[in-house]
Amino acid sequence: MALITVKDLSLGYDQQSILDGLNFTVNEGDYLCIVGENGSGKSTLMKTLLGLNEPLGGEIIMGDGLKQNEIGYLPQQTQIQRDFPASVKEIVLSGCQGHQGLRPFYSAEDKRIAKENMQRMDIISLEDRCYRELSGGQQQRVLLARALCATRRVLLLDEPVSGLDPLVTTQMYELIAGINHGCGDNCHKEHRYMLGHGHYGKTTIIMISHDVDAAVKYASHILHIGSEVFFGTKEEYLNSEIGKDFITAADGKER
Amino acid sequence: MFDNLSLYLQYPFVRYAFIVGILIALCSSLLGVTLVLKRFSFIGDGLSHVAFGAMSIAAVVGLSNDMLIVLPITVISAILLLRTGSNTKIKGDAAIAMISVAALAFGYLLMNLFSTSANISGDVCTTLFGSTSILTLSKAEVVLCIILSVAVLIIFVLLYNKIFAVTFDENFAKATGVNADRYNLLIAVIIAVIIVLAMNLVGSLLISALIIFPALSAMRIFNSFKSVTICSAILSVICSFIGILISILAGTPVGSTIVAVDVVAFGICYLIGRIKKGE
Repeated sequence: MALITVKDLSLGYDQQSILDGLNFTVNEGDYLCIVGENGSGKSTLMKTLLGLNEPLGGEIIMGDGLKQNEIGYLPQQTQIQRDFPASVKEIVLSGCQGHQGLRPFYSAEDKRIAKENMQRMDIISLEDRCYRELSGGQQQRVLLARALCATRRVLLLDEPVSGLDPLVTTQMYELIAGINHGCGDNCHKEHRYMLGHGHYGKTTIIMISHDVDAAVKYASHILHIGSEVFFGTKEEYLNSEIGKDFITAADGKER
Repeated sequence: MFDNLSLYLQYPFVRYAFIVGILIALCSSLLGVTLVLKRFSFIGDGLSHVAFGAMSIAAVVGLSNDMLIVLPITVISAILLLRTGSNTKIKGDAAIAMISVAALAFGYLLMNLFSTSANISGDVCTTLFGSTSILTLSKAEVVLCIILSVAVLIIFVLLYNKIFAVTFDENFAKATGVNADRYNLLIAVIIAVIIVLAMNLVGSLLISALIIFPALSAMRIFNSFKSVTICSAILSVICSFIGILISILAGTPVGSTIVAVDVVAFGICYLIGRIKKGE
């Protein structure tokens, strides 16, 4: 049974549909990249997967005992967060809030999980620093650690590298690939498949991205939405008309 | 001067004023951080105008205890206003402006048309800028104020972590299974209660100051949500204590004196913040 099965999904706001007849599946351990032009409904799709938006039609089926609140989320940064007075520790810990129910305070176990994830994202030295004073890459690590506190099963990432410089962007992609394979930050590429060396279990990744080059480099599956819809493995995408066109167009823009 | 003060403190109404003033200052400062960050700085203003409108209705109807009308109306308006955050037909700031000005206008209109007292402009001025009524509180009012303040404090402490999560990132909180709407509703109710309480102290025009200034001052200096919250509570209590003290000794109006002290405190915190950054 697939982790997430999307059947005939229609997306949109206020009964106005943006996208119809969407079908795809996500299996445990997949790395799915959602690409497409601006305004094609990528963010709406993500909000619908998270249960923040109601789908206009069709259904999203969670399999393997996945619950709606077991999907972690790395949102695009909001204006509020840029001047929010909060320490790194407070933000990471707030990722545990979803499991709290009516319990008012965090338990020792919550604090341990938060600490472990801060170590994994290599931000433990920043734990008492103020979030708004960190660099863009550090802030993304904080939000990743928070998302990992909420769940280890599925992470949804909305444009995680927007606004980061090229070096930090690459580091970010490596870090996300590492989370996908179940290791920490200091796990280099060649060690990634080794077990027992800071191994955390695989996390399924669903990422919205503008950067189609990175998408085909890191992802295992691609969902292309827009006037045409494509879903398949990375290799199938690279050999498809729509994939070739989009990659050439993206390359052209950069040059 | 101290002799003077100890003489004043022998009167129960002066002690009541201090108790009520400090409790209100404490409560109003707590949610300030959340409101500033959610871009709802003006909700205090809007709601207090609604409360003003409700008070004039109560006055016209001739209710002896206007809390019965003022509190429910303000709570309902607070819920409606905070809900507009998710409904984009009328944006939050526009909705606040609309409701507050309308309530102000109708309130004044009602007071003028059906007034029972001889001194209308005096009455209006009292509700807008706070009255000396903090010095004429009855024991029952003080008890009510203490009960409501303690309730607000307990709810705030119990919900502190949830308020943080919902304020910092509402979408994330919702996506990971926090019932954000429920906590937004609770925040709205708490704000409404605080505002109705605070109207006695500073009047409906100056309430925003009591909510916003301590939070902004604390945000200049501190970096974590917890330290900002604690600092703004302490600052607010100190400022209102000094404000009431000055107003008793110098005979100035209570509300505006407290706000003036808050402004001075903000200036000091701003300077400290600049110096800290410059290091």
